[in-house]
This record gives sequence, structure tokens and C-alpha cells, in this order.
Amino acid sequence: MERCFPFQTSVTVYKAYTRVESDANTIARALTAQTAETDAIRFLVGTQSLKFDNQITNEPKRLSSENRVLTCAAVWRMPPEWESGSHESPDDSSNNPQTLELLCHLDNTAHGSVACVLWEPLGDGKRVISLAENHVLLWDLQESSTKATISSTATLEGKGQLKFTAGKWSPHHNSTQLVTANDTAIRGWDLRSMSQIYCIENAHGQLVRDLDFNPNKQYYLASCGDDCKVKFWDVRHINEPVKCLEEHSHWVWSVRYNHSHDQLLLTGSSDSRVILSNMVSISSEPFGHLVDDDDLSDNEENQQEDKGKEPLQDSIIATYEEHEDSVYAVEWSAADPWLFASLSYDGRLVINRVPRALKYRILL
Amino acid sequence: MSSATTPPDSDPTGRRQVHSMLKLYYGMNEEGKVESLDPCDINGPHFDPEVYLNKLRKECSLGELMDHESCTVKQIRSLDSDMQTLVYENYNKFISATDTIRKMKNDFKKMEDEMDCLSANMAAITEFSAHISGTLQDQHAQITKLSGVHTLLRKLQFLFELPARLNKCLELQAYAQAVSAHRRARCVLQQYSHMPSFRGIQDDCHVIMEQLAQQLRQKFRDGGSSAKDLSECVELLLQLDEPAEELCDKFLSHAQSRLEADLQGLEAELIDSLVTDTGGGLVQKTNPGSNPVSPSSSSTTNPFLSPTAGTDILEFIDRGCNEFVSNLCLVIASYQELFINHPQEGELASKKIPEMANGKLHVFVDTLAARYFSLVERRIQEEKGVGDNSLLVRALDRFHRRLQAISKLLPGSAVPSQGTEIVVRAARERIKQYLSALQTFYHDSLTDVRQALAAPRLSVGGASASGGGATSKDATPSLPELLTSLSNFILNQLKSVLASVHLFTAKDITFSNKPYFKGEFCSQGVREGLVVSFIKFICQSSRQYCESAGDRGGSTPPALLLLLSRLCLDYETSTISYILTLTDEQFLVQHHTPVTPVTALCAEAREAAQKLLNHYVKVQGLIISQMLRKSVETRDWVNTIEPRNVRAVMKRVVEDTTSIDVQVGLLYEEGVRKAHSSDSSKRTFSVYSSSRQQIRYAPILIHTFTCAALLVSVLTGIIKISLKTFLECVRLRTFGRYGLQQIQVDCHYLQMYLWRFVSDENLVHFLLDEIVGSAAHRCLDPSPMEQSVIEVICERG
Repeated sequence: MERCFPFQTSVTVYKAYTRVESDANTIARALTAQTAETDAIRFLVGTQSLKFDNQITNEPKRLSSENRVLTCAAVWRMPPEWESGSHESPDDSSNNPQTLELLCHLDNTAHGSVACVLWEPLGDGKRVISLAENHVLLWDLQESSTKATISSTATLEGKGQLKFTAGKWSPHHNSTQLVTANDTAIRGWDLRSMSQIYCIENAHGQLVRDLDFNPNKQYYLASCGDDCKVKFWDVRHINEPVKCLEEHSHWVWSVRYNHSHDQLLLTGSSDSRVILSNMVSISSEPFGHLVDDDDLSDNEENQQEDKGKEPLQDSIIATYEEHEDSVYAVEWSAADPWLFASLSYDGRLVINRVPRALKYRILL
Repeated sequence: MSSATTPPDSDPTGRRQVHSMLKLYYGMNEEGKVESLDPCDINGPHFDPEVYLNKLRKECSLGELMDHESCTVKQIRSLDSDMQTLVYENYNKFISATDTIRKMKNDFKKMEDEMDCLSANMAAITEFSAHISGTLQDQHAQITKLSGVHTLLRKLQFLFELPARLNKCLELQAYAQAVSAHRRARCVLQQYSHMPSFRGIQDDCHVIMEQLAQQLRQKFRDGGSSAKDLSECVELLLQLDEPAEELCDKFLSHAQSRLEADLQGLEAELIDSLVTDTGGGLVQKTNPGSNPVSPSSSSTTNPFLSPTAGTDILEFIDRGCNEFVSNLCLVIASYQELFINHPQEGELASKKIPEMANGKLHVFVDTLAARYFSLVERRIQEEKGVGDNSLLVRALDRFHRRLQAISKLLPGSAVPSQGTEIVVRAARERIKQYLSALQTFYHDSLTDVRQALAAPRLSVGGASASGGGATSKDATPSLPELLTSLSNFILNQLKSVLASVHLFTAKDITFSNKPYFKGEFCSQGVREGLVVSFIKFICQSSRQYCESAGDRGGSTPPALLLLLSRLCLDYETSTISYILTLTDEQFLVQHHTPVTPVTALCAEAREAAQKLLNHYVKVQGLIISQMLRKSVETRDWVNTIEPRNVRAVMKRVVEDTTSIDVQVGLLYEEGVRKAHSSDSSKRTFSVYSSSRQQIRYAPILIHTFTCAALLVSVLTGIIKISLKTFLECVRLRTFGRYGLQQIQVDCHYLQMYLWRFVSDENLVHFLLDEIVGSAAHRCLDPSPMEQSVIEVICERG
């Protein structure tokens, strides 16, 4: 099942095409990159099934997994032999699945089913947040993560049944901010006081599905939802989105900024497409023409150069259509900033690279 | 010889005979008379006695001879006596003639003497006459001298009487006479001023004239007198050697004060109209409290009426023209008459008065006209109502026409061109107002349509469900009727606006032949500024419906979206080109500047229509998918009971889809559907149909605007969106055994009814298979229901 695309023909494409094999047809919904691993390119896939033990293929150092049916969450430890950083290819690991060591359950039966679990983005990994129904729960992991206790909680009050659908722990501000989504609203929380700091009502026309922080610009936030749109927000001015993309034709399930080059944005949608876009105008990188580059003496040369090197415009770089079913998760690799994976309902994991031409353009 | 004795008078023949005989005697030959050559003729000249005697003897007897002889003797005797008589007679005559001559000789001698005497007398008379003339010469000279003295004395008398006369004139206010009298005397007085008596007179005159001048000035200053009086006054003063510049200033300042009064009158009217307007507002405000009936009457005041009810603009301009402009013209004319065209004599001519005066006049006219224009412009700006344009146009026309008079009077003035500019500005402003009025109208009519759509919502639904709108049509207009009435409204409004704008270029309007109104007004103003902008506005506002209202989906009724999309499509196909052709024809637009081509507008309309339709699909899809989502999310699928019926929501979905089908079908003709397979409703589901077909969830985009494909693709899109949502929701739930079976039943039901709406029924099949498959995946106890049971349930429900 190898496919070639015109823009990839001249480049060596590192493309793995993996079906998460299992005894039966496996339904996969969760995907994460192994963030602590910097050498090997490793992704973790969470499956969803009722009858079988859910699996996490590839090895996490720490992984959060959620199971909707069981409405529980647990912290797992990777098998120790992987901790040393083995160099097997992903195929090996899927051939030889390792069982994870269960460290502890996040016992939250009192608060209903868990929508998502978030690790503290910085620090020593002792804190975890889980979003359950309309509660924000901040857990402290103790005794080498074998025991989790709730340190503080916050509850979203309002009429009707409010349920968190997504959340993201901000990597900025010394990890004191959290942003959550429920229905069409996006809310920001201060974890020190566990209180709401801002709220974008009607951020999307329909349900908000996912959120991501710009890793380099602390007030910038991307969100996506059932109205097929991806919106970019400056949380200091929440009345209007900074920008709005409408490229997908069905619900957008996942949005991810590239960790180091924040103009690269990945979105996955249930129209079974993954779109990689280049949002130059709102990235942290200099946009357009830099004035101090100019040397007055060779102005003309510069101008000619400029003509040859048009500043990049906001654009779609590529649309990946390898998936045949809804794409529920996309994720950048933690180790290689030009590599990303996408996971669809049928368990197909597709790993792609940013086109080389663009890569050089960004780098040079 | 008897004939000879008869008196000559009594017998002409006898006289002739005598004459002829006398002639013979005197040897005179009678000419023309044939003389007989007969020698026997006794009276003939060739008479030969011998022949005659011989003849007689031969022929005659004795008796006859004897007779003849006696006859002859008788004749001889008679002849002799005749001869004697003649001689006597002649002799007497001769003697008397001689006597007469002698007498004449004597008479002449006497006359000669008398003539001598006469000439002597004449000489004496001549001598006398010369003598008398010489004597009278001296006296004549003296008389001439005396008459000269007389004239001089009369002049002197005039001079001496002058002061009194002037005084009298002054009393009678006959200034003109006084001035002319003074002018006559002035030089003389000047000349003889060294003589004390004349000096006295001159001084007196001076004083009087000074007084007169004073009076004139007073009169001049007082005002109130008519322009004609004033000009007379100025003329007199000018003759009295007043400095022309000062007079100019005074004249102008005086004229200015009067013109300012006119202007103030105009301004007061302007303010009045404002005050009455606000006062009217106050009255309207206070009315509802006191009288509950009156507000209805006051609120029905047409917004298209002029806001200033006090005086309409035509009246205002009329007043301005009649008072200010005509007075200004009068002032200019009299001023020019006085200072510029006035023939200057002597030293006055050298002062270059006309140039100076002309300069002053221009400044004067410019300042006043500027004030007037500002007033007029304020008034025009107040003219915000767009109902009756003819009034404004007529007012502007009058305004412009009257200014032409100034341009005739004052060729170099900038006033008329400024006036034209005002007219141009007013026209521009007018177009803008019309555009905004059209936009408001469009919005209002859309609101009307929206209300019409909102009110009979239930009845339309019921009607469409029952397959026809016959009952509801009576109460409320149907969708196509709304569409036609909307587009007719808009078109009529646009036409009427065009008609009223067209007044600006009517032939009888003076400013219509200005270059602006011929070229730029038509092309840039009307075509671009009004028509094109309006069409663009329609497209734009339609697009706005997609963007702003779209998120929640509830604010814009989907039927309105559909209606607008059809409207835009109609515009694209025919209306735009019709409107533009109409405009071009009416205004004879000559495209000097590049104008928006029809194709660009059509493309825009088409884009808007496309967008609206896509949005319609999205909104309708959203409504149905929300319904499905709620139904899936709110149910406990694990602990549900065994399915006995198709869930009500599925029936609702089919109903709604049908009503959408009817709704779209009302506006767009139905396309050809793929011939359905006969067994499509009997198709069975395989619960584990994980045969990954390569049919993707392709996004719904309607790129073909041919009406045939449109209806189907709209519905296909809506169904796709709904089923996809259904699928995603099912994937997020966990099912028990009966939950799965319920899904099976529901899907079969949808299968039975939805295939007919789509272009490719395989798509529906695929999506429904996926739903059932996904549900089975998420099922704790996946034991599917018997197909036959499903069919029975579906047919029953």
C-alpha cells in the first residue's frame, strides 16, 4: 500500500504505513508522541475496544490513556528495557508488543467519565490534570507515580449538562494555565487559584474538538471543531479570531502546532484528510521582508533577491489522503520536527514528512 | 363777261379765274396745271388768233359769226373794265402805305427822345441810393453790439439768480436740475472768481451744493431708497466730483447691507425649517401620551417625504433667486452702469476707475456669493428624503439658471462655475442617498420576506408534508411568489430611482449639458456609483448572510438563503445585464473611464449564489444532524429495550428531508435522478460490513450550477452531512444488544426513504452500512436482528 504524491517524488519520503494489528479489527483513537524521547522517533497509539484489552503500541515512558467506557484513567510505566532507549524500528515493537506496567489508576469515579488527561508540560512530571464531565481535577503523583491524589479541583457551573470535550495545558507562564473546551466555548483557567480567567463563548459554530497552544507565542491558541473550521485566537482579544481556516469538509478532530516551527500546522478531520498548512502570518518567525537585512548600497541586488524569494504566504502545503476513514488524531514527532503521524479510525497510522523544499525554505 | 362783274367772294371760280389771269399777267406759271396746248383756247397761252379765226370762219355760219363777234366784243370790254378797277385799287393801297411809313418815321423820333430822358433819370436814382447806404452803416453796428450786451446781461442774471434757484431746487428736491444748473455755472464762476461779486455767488453756490451733496450722501446712506434712486444719487454725486473709489465702496457697502438682509432672511428660513422640524419631532413625541390615536397618523409620515416640512427646497431656492440673486444682478448692473461703462470725461478718465471698480465688484460678488452658496448648500444637505427628486432638480435648475445671469453680467466671475460645482456636488450626494435608500429598501424587503417566511412556517411544513401548498397559498405567498415579488420590488425600486436620477440629465435642465452631467455623472455616478454598487451590495449582503449568521444556523431562515441564492442566480443569468443595458440606454453612457463589465458582476452574483447554496446545504444539514446527534447522545444505548418501532427522530429526518426537497424544488427545477434499483429498499445490511469500499466521504460542493443537477446535489449534500454526523456519533457510544438492533431498524428505515433524494444511492448504502458496522463494533453483545423482522418493523412504522 505505497502511494506516491507528486510533491514527494523527488524527495526521499520517510513514510511508514502501519495498521495497528490486533486479533480483530482494531479501532484506534488516541495518538501521542513520546515527548521525553529525543533520539528515537516514537509514537504511541491508543486503541478503543470493548471486548479486548486496549493496547498501547510503541512504548511510552509515561503515557496517559483513557477509556471512555470504563470512565477511568491510569498511569502506566514503560517496560524498563525500553527506557534505555532501544533503537528498534517501530515495526519491531508492533511485532513484539510489550505490556505496560500499570502504575496507578486515577480514581475519579465520583466525577464521571474522563474526557482527557494531560501531563504537566514542564517540570518533573509529578502533576497530571484530568477533565471529567464538568470537573477539572489536578492530581499529584507520589511515590514514583504509584499513587495519585487529587490536589485541587474546579467545577464548571452553568445551566444544562456541561461536559468538557478537550483541554490543553499551557506550556507558558510556568505551567499555570489550562485551557478547556466545552460545547462551543473555550475557557482559560488559572491553576493556582483554579478559577476561570477568560471565556470565548461561541468560539466555534458547533462543538470544539481540540485545542493547541502555539509553543512560541504565549497568547496564541488554535482550536478546531465540528463546524469544519480551524480558528486562531489571541487570548488577549477574545472577541474575534485572529484567523480562520475552512479547508476541511467535515469535523476537524485534531489540531497540532509544530513544536519548533510554529508556522507549520497539522489538522486531521473526519473527512479522512490530513492537512498541513503553513501559517506564516501569525507565526513567531519573522514574516515578510526584514528591514534591517537591507543594505542601502546593494539595494537593487536585494530587490532582485526578494523577487526570487517571495515571502511565504499563508497556504496549504499538502493534503494527505492516505486514510480511508475518519482521522481522529495527528501528532508531530518529538524527536524530528519534520515528521508527523496521523491515525484513523480503522487503525491506520500514517507517518509523513514535511516536503523537503519547504523544509529548506524555512531553514535557509 | 358777266362773270367778271360778279363779286369775287360770291363766285370762287370767278376769283380763281381772276387770280390765274393775274398770274399770267405777272408771268407767273401756275404749276401742276395742265395747260391746254390747244391754240383755239382763247384763254390758253398758245392761242393763235389766226388759227382761231380760220376755224371760226370755216365752221360757223354768218349768224353765228355775228353772235360770236358780239360775244367777243363783250368779253373784251369786260376785261378792260376789270383792268381799270384793279389799277385803281392798287394805287390807293400804295398811297395809304406810303402815308403809314411817313407817320412811323415821326413816331420813332419822339420815342428816342423819351428814352434819353429815362436814362438820365436812372443815373440820378443810383446816385441817391448809394448815398443812403453810406448813411445807415454806423447805426447797424451799434444795434449788433447792443444785442450782445443783452445776452451777457441775461447770463449774468442767471448767475445772480443761481443761489436762489439752487435753494429752490433743494427745497423741491430736484437734485438733478440743481446739479445740471450748477454744472453750467461752475466754469464761469471759476473763471471770474477774482471778482468779489462773482466770488460771493460762487461761495453761495458752493455752500448750497455742499448742502446738496450732504443731502445726497444722507440719502445714499439712509438706504431704503430703491436701487434706481440710489443709482441716480450716485450719478449725481459722481458729477459733483466725489471720489469714485469712495463712492464705489459706499455703493457696495450699501448694496451689501441690503443683500445681507436678503441672506439673513434666507438663513432665518433655513433655521426656521430646522426648528420646525425638531419641533415637529417634539410634537410627535408628546402626542402619544396625550392622544393614543395620533401616533398612528404621525408615524405614517412617509420617510421619503422631505424632512423639512416648512418650506420645500424649490420655494427656498426660488426665494433666494428672486431676492438675493436678482438684487445682486441689479446691483451689478447699476454698478457697472455707474462706474464701469459710464463714459468718463477729462481728468476722471485718467484715474482708471473701471479697473478699480471692476476689482471691487468681483471681490464683492465673490464674498456674497460664497455666503449664498454656503446657505444653499446647507439647504441642499438637508434634503435627505429621496421621494420626489423632481423638486430638487427643478430647484437646482433654477439655481443654476439664475446664476447664468451673473455670468452674463460679470463675464470673468467664478460664481457660475462654483454654482455648477454645487450642483454637481448635490447630484453626487443625491446618488449616494439613493444608493443608501436602495440598500435600506433592500434590507426592508428582505425583512418582509423573512417575516413572511417565519409566520407560516408551520403551515408550509404541513403543506409540503401533504405534498402541496394549495391551502397555505391563500394565507401566505409561496416561495416562488415571494421570490418574484422580491425581485420585482427591487427592480421597480431601482427603475424608479433611475427615473428620478434621470431628471438630472433631462433636456430642459440647463446644467444637463455640462460636461460632468454628460460624461462622469452618467458613467461614474449613475452606472458605477448607483447601479453597480447596488448589485455589488446585493451580492455582498447575501454573502454576509453566509458568514455572520452561519455559525449558529438559527438566525437566518434556510428558506431565505435558498431564496437569495435563486435571486442571485437570476441576477447572474438575466437581471444584471438587463439593468445595465437599461441604464446605458437611459443615460447614453459613454465610457470614458473604465467601468465594471457585466461579466464581472455576473461572476460575483454567481459566486454569491453558489456560496448561498452551499451555506443552505450546510445549515439544513446541520439542523438534521443536530437532531440525529441529540438523539444518539441522549439515549442510554446499553440498557435500551428491544426495538418495536422506528424511532420518531428518524421519521422526522425523513419528513424534513422531504420538505427540503419540496422547498428546493419550488425554486429549482428537479434534476434527473439516477434510476433507482428496484430492490433498494429491500437491501439487507451486513452487520460486519467492514469491506472497506473506496467510497469516501466526499465533501458536498455544488460546482455545477445547471439547474438539472442542482436539486439532487443539494439534497445529496444535506443527506451526506446528516449521515456522516450520525456515523460519528454512533462511534462515540457504546451499545447493548438492543441498542444495536435499534440502530439497525433506524438505518433500514432511512434506507427505505432516503435513496430517492440522492444522485447515487450507493453512497447512502455505504454510509448506513458504516453506521451499523460501527455500532456493531461498539456493541457489548453484537447479535443482529433478523432482516425480516427489521422489514416488518419498518413497514409498520
